[in-house]
Amino acid sequence: MRIERRSETPRWMQAAVPLGSLAVALVISAIVLLVTGHNPLHAYRRLFEAAFTDPGALSSTLTAATPLCFTGLAAAVAFRVGLFNIGAEGQLYMGSIAAAGAALALAGQGVVIQIVAMAVAGGLAGAAWALIPGFLRAFANTNEIITSLMLNYVAALFLNYLIFDTLSYWRDTSSPGAAQFPQGKALPDAASWPTFGLGTSLVIPFGLLVVVVLAGIVTVLYSRTRFGFEAAVIGDSPRAARYAGMRTRRSILLVMGLAGLLAGVGGASQDGDFRHLLDPRGLQQPGYGYTGIVVAALARYNPFAVVLVAFLIGGLSNAGYALQGADFPAGLVGVMQGIVLFCALGGELLTRYRIRLGRSPAAEAVAA
Amino acid sequence: MTLRGVTKRFPGVVANAGVDLVIQAGEVHALLGENGAGKSTLSNIVTGLYRPDEGSLELHGEPVELRSPRDALARGVCMVHQHFRLVEPFTVAENVALGDQRDRTLVPDRRALERRVAALAEQFGLAVDPRARIWQLSVGEQQRVEILKALHRDARVLILDEPTAVLTPQEAHALFATLRAMAADGRAIVFISHKLHEVLEVSDRITVLRGGRVVATVPAAGATPEALAALMVGREVETNRRRPSAATLGDVVLEASDLHAEGDRGLPALRGVSLAVRGGEIVGIAGVAGNGQRELAEALTGLRPLVSGHVTVAGTPLRPGDPRDAIAKGVAHVPEDRLGTGVAPSLSIASNTVLKAYRDPDVSAGPFLRRARIVQRATALIARYAVQAPGPETRARDLSGGNLQKVVIGREFAGEPRALVVAAPTRGLDVGAIENVHELLRSSAAAGIAVLMISEDLDEILALADRVLVMYEGRIVGERAGEGADVDELGMLMAGGGAR
Repeated sequence: MRIERRSETPRWMQAAVPLGSLAVALVISAIVLLVTGHNPLHAYRRLFEAAFTDPGALSSTLTAATPLCFTGLAAAVAFRVGLFNIGAEGQLYMGSIAAAGAALALAGQGVVIQIVAMAVAGGLAGAAWALIPGFLRAFANTNEIITSLMLNYVAALFLNYLIFDTLSYWRDTSSPGAAQFPQGKALPDAASWPTFGLGTSLVIPFGLLVVVVLAGIVTVLYSRTRFGFEAAVIGDSPRAARYAGMRTRRSILLVMGLAGLLAGVGGASQDGDFRHLLDPRGLQQPGYGYTGIVVAALARYNPFAVVLVAFLIGGLSNAGYALQGADFPAGLVGVMQGIVLFCALGGELLTRYRIRLGRSPAAEAVAA
Repeated sequence: MTLRGVTKRFPGVVANAGVDLVIQAGEVHALLGENGAGKSTLSNIVTGLYRPDEGSLELHGEPVELRSPRDALARGVCMVHQHFRLVEPFTVAENVALGDQRDRTLVPDRRALERRVAALAEQFGLAVDPRARIWQLSVGEQQRVEILKALHRDARVLILDEPTAVLTPQEAHALFATLRAMAADGRAIVFISHKLHEVLEVSDRITVLRGGRVVATVPAAGATPEALAALMVGREVETNRRRPSAATLGDVVLEASDLHAEGDRGLPALRGVSLAVRGGEIVGIAGVAGNGQRELAEALTGLRPLVSGHVTVAGTPLRPGDPRDAIAKGVAHVPEDRLGTGVAPSLSIASNTVLKAYRDPDVSAGPFLRRARIVQRATALIARYAVQAPGPETRARDLSGGNLQKVVIGREFAGEPRALVVAAPTRGLDVGAIENVHELLRSSAAAGIAVLMISEDLDEILALADRVLVMYEGRIVGERAGEGADVDELGMLMAGGGAR
């Protein structure tokens, strides 16, 4: 058996492969469920209900999907110039820290000022954090995968330090609960971002609207502007870009800054939409930045597809929380989520490569 | 070693056609030929990397089939590649022992190994410390390690691919002495080169390859550089395809003075190149690949930074190392590497049409691109140059070589350049496409553009160029008028024959 590259992806595969991957994932998961003594059909029905149809389920799914949209975009944007931004995780932390700081500093101001200040502070902090690997890449040709990944740990330690290891501006030192366990200061009420209800059960966070608009802006930026054209050429062939007189370094910096900005606004949305305080444990536990990379890959780095995929992955993780219980261990939920992601990525491989059974031409030549 | 009728085909080309070759123990046998003559393919066959489509191989009088490089090694056929196969952090002795199947002990005796390596080095005059680590060694020393590897495996046939390309003249002389000593020890040495005087200096017999065929095998004693050059280059120039020279040439447009630049490996690639091309003139740069032509094209178009010297276009100096400045001043460039440099391969013809012009107000408004006008331009280019493509949205990589070259040339002409630097404009193209490209170059000169054409194909240069400059080792070593230039003489200049 061998794997060869496809020169072109047949059109029918674009839709068939993701659906087929999902079906394969459900079959494999069913085997796991049967082996562990659960009824797969029952579990799947519960999964679907918990993700989409239970009361409040859709709102929870949107809550889970919103940060993935931001981090997914952060990865997708960078990939356009051939850069792997693994650092959305850290960029989101830095955005969250800066946005919480801005909200606390502007206590007493109105909602509009709070929202703008938080988004700007978060975006700038994320951008600054992403520009570190950006500069290293542009001027020292350092591998941005390593540097952006390593900076995630730095950002995580900084985040923990602010709340657990020092009496920082962000840390709550007055409330009774804070004596038991260190936590962030509650943000002022005006720093709570508005929500929009559709009907009685569906609540749309403001951050989701922001990220959909941002996805639209990114799409226009990449398909209609000179900046996007340069990014596409650099991503495809850096040598051709240089030959065409493009300022490659400037483009790399701009793109990394944009990626960090998106993740940073995602951090601000965490503060404003959901947590209302700087929450190190809550930000780190889900691994939004890393899941965002998977989201971007599944969406083939298309900004709007990122939003859709984030919705599905958000539903999966949201349902995971709902499913787990005494008779359904959390580990099993993780296994099912892993199988779905694995199959989706595996299917993705099939659209770009084909698998041939039989001997390779080289082996045949040797035998002949 | 004997080769009988060895033929190797690759899609679209025959790399070796019916090669007969006898290599005797105790001789240094040179394989001489231009780039693309089939030298590398032949050595890859002999070392088991490729299998011949037809023909057979004999070693010590017995027919053998080499299925892999390991097979070849086991039978004592070793190769020293142009790019070394050494493990940098390891010592010389460790590299020599690496992959040697005979030593099956778990912990090799390091001291004994080092002694053996030192003894071999002594015997063949290969001065190198067995305990030194590879990264500490100069390129010449690393090559000695490669030779020691072969000696340690008791190679009976040793093939060296362009071994002097990376050496100083002094190192090259030391290498020749080693090769002679190894031949005297009863081994067969195959020396691959395109440099005439080296081949004459070191070898006993010389086999000249051209177009994948053996042209002749001659003893080195009595051979002259002139005769070898004639064999190498051949005489297939059709003089009737010549372009009538423009009656009046314009002013000097593209001028380079005393250019010095480094190659990708940091070695000097241009050592003082000066030239001038006038409007309406086609100047051909002839030379064997790797003598600084690519670097020259890159220096003239701003892609390669200069160590010293400067380039002017119509009297205005270009900022070195800044392609955008060269483009703005009207220097068009058709690069040697069409698919990787000349276009962004995964983008559409439309995008590639405006690869340089996307900043023009005609196709962009502020930060935004005007898609409709870009597509319009691409459609016009496709029609004007008869590009065979489904449409402007076709990806560049899906075009054939000839059509891709039309897109690149069309785009470069669209910028209304004053000077045009073209490198290997017809490499890999079929006959019809070649004629097309030649016609385009002729018409651009007729329109008053200064054309500098770099090519390894002497026929092409003689068919098009008003003047021919020959490059060798980073210098211009000769200049001839295109009309009536003598092929043998040019061939000798290309092989360094004039530089002695």
